[in-house]
Amino acid sequence: MNKARTNPLNTAAMHGALILYTLIALFPVFVILINSFKSRKAIFREPLALPDADSFSMIGYQTVMKQGDFFLYFQNSMIVTVVSLTFILLFGAMAAFALSEYRFKGNMLMGLYLALGIMIPIRIGTVAILEMMVATGLVNSLMALILVYTAQGLPLAVFILSEFMRQVSDDLKNAGRIDGLSEYTIFFRLVLPLVRPAMATVAVFNMIPIWNDLWFPLILAPAEETKTLTLGSQVFIGQFVTDWNAVLSALSMAILPVLILYVIFSRQLIRGITSGAVK
Amino acid sequence: MTALTLTNVNKSFGNVHVLKDINLEVEDGEFVVFVGPSGCGKSTLLRVIAGLEDVSSGEVSIGGEIVNTTPPSRRGIAMVFQSYALYPHLNVRNNMTLALKQEKQSKQVIEQRVAEATRMLNLEDYLDRYPSELSGGQRQRVAIGRAIVRHPKLFLFDEPLSNLDAALRMNTRLEIANLHQQLKTSMIYVTHDQSEAMTLADKIVVLRAGRVEQVGSPMELYNNPVNQFVAGFLGSPAMNFMPASLISEGDTRTLGVRPEDLFQSDQGQLKASVQHVEQLGGDTNVIAKVKDHQITARLFGQHDIKPGAELSFGIAEGKSFYFDKDGARLRG
Ligand SMILES: Nc1ncnc2c1ncn2[C@@H]1O[C@H](COP(=O)(O)OP(=O)(O)OP(=O)(O)O)[C@@H](O)[C@H]1O
Ligand SMILES: [Mg+2]
Repeated sequence: MNKARTNPLNTAAMHGALILYTLIALFPVFVILINSFKSRKAIFREPLALPDADSFSMIGYQTVMKQGDFFLYFQNSMIVTVVSLTFILLFGAMAAFALSEYRFKGNMLMGLYLALGIMIPIRIGTVAILEMMVATGLVNSLMALILVYTAQGLPLAVFILSEFMRQVSDDLKNAGRIDGLSEYTIFFRLVLPLVRPAMATVAVFNMIPIWNDLWFPLILAPAEETKTLTLGSQVFIGQFVTDWNAVLSALSMAILPVLILYVIFSRQLIRGITSGAVK
Repeated sequence: MTALTLTNVNKSFGNVHVLKDINLEVEDGEFVVFVGPSGCGKSTLLRVIAGLEDVSSGEVSIGGEIVNTTPPSRRGIAMVFQSYALYPHLNVRNNMTLALKQEKQSKQVIEQRVAEATRMLNLEDYLDRYPSELSGGQRQRVAIGRAIVRHPKLFLFDEPLSNLDAALRMNTRLEIANLHQQLKTSMIYVTHDQSEAMTLADKIVVLRAGRVEQVGSPMELYNNPVNQFVAGFLGSPAMNFMPASLISEGDTRTLGVRPEDLFQSDQGQLKASVQHVEQLGGDTNVIAKVKDHQITARLFGQHDIKPGAELSFGIAEGKSFYFDKDGARLRG
């Protein structure tokens, strides 16, 4: 192995830098978590202190549970995120496969057209989208959000996945064709497993903005029964008074599912990022 | 019966004309080798036969049936790829049985075919392993096994040995030759290695830039090439080409002589200065310059020749080939 890498001083420096970065990155999350368990006074008196017997309070969580239908918001967010991700991955991968595998007229043009969406932010079209949703009667439905997020995620998904699919060996696909596999089987059984790291990358990049988005839920689905978690938490932030206990508790609970999903995808993600280097 | 007939096959990618008017017949049980330099269209031709590419014009028929519109899996062919192309998520047994399951063969048939193929290729110990747990040679044997179990009318091999090291290549080459003897099925084999072509083929098809240059048995092609390209492509070391004016004043033709047809003689017409000597034990290759032209002579046995020596070479009786300036063979 490389000598520089086994040198204990270097190793220590490397770990030191990484630990420092981890601390900095985790600090805001940590502050949110500890303060969500403190009384309002304690939050303002000593924002960085850990909750003790004196300052400990579940008042924030109680408010969140009482006010508004927190579990419904949670469920809405979950449905929107998971279904959008599923659509992005499924349709993105299918489009990417078609673009990378088949020669047809306008193949290049189609690829460029799809990539255009990466450069133009979807929010520019908000008014038009709202008009469309009103016309189709989809306002205040989760479907509206799912459709918008899917459209928002597809360009990058197609772009990344088609690049990876080009690298899947032609011989392998051809072997499948000779063995009588249908194009669908080749896609689902041979190609998809081989681009799994890329799929995980796409999933992570899309998941967090969707989960945290406030813009589209506020415009397209502000009704009580379709509120997402981020939108639901806004009731605690007022123009003059903000219920910090409740906001911090809601945020703490909102972090959890993203964390879980991230852990699921991260193994694949790391493999995706390093696959070129390791081979 | 003919196993494969190609009639006026053309193939273009966009405006790149890759295959040009290919006509070819492969008899039942024949071992046919396509050779040619890199990029001449060998793989493309094989893929057209397999049905992985459509022809631009012309007709492909396998076993007497026109298959232009038949999908690859129903053409009765099996193919072995240079990169093995084993399914990474299936173990060896399932790699071999996938096609049979797709064909809805009965369990007994599948069992029996796998048993037969594993016996032929000595794969018994590896049936439950995954491709990533096998060596290159073993993977190639599995790929061949996957082809055998299908009992195809025609085997297609695309440079199956080029990823193996030299010793393994020799062994596997013999194995493929044995396989052909046992199975007696027609095989088409693509390579750019002329020695593989010479040793395996019943019939060699030499391709250049998408055209068939010559078709014939290895010895026909070796002894009677139709042009300078075929003459230079087959045989190792390659045939020597030089202006005929070196041996007869004013002759504008190109003279071709195989290295083994040059012999050392004081009366020889070619006065050469030795540049380099390769002692191979059984043979000695002498690389020398006649005026500005490099020639290679292959002398039988061991000779003590030093670089810088001045030698004369004669040409064996009736072993000279003549070509015009376009490379066409001139006879008589
Ligand atoms: N899909 C394609 N699109 C455009 N051109 C192609 C395509 N496939 C092959 N070609 C061209 O066709 C020609 C023949 O390619 P082919 O792969 O048949 O060569 P080959 O004889 O098998 O060479 P090698 O010995 O290197 O494998 C090449 O010039 C190649 O660039
Ligand atoms: Mg090739």
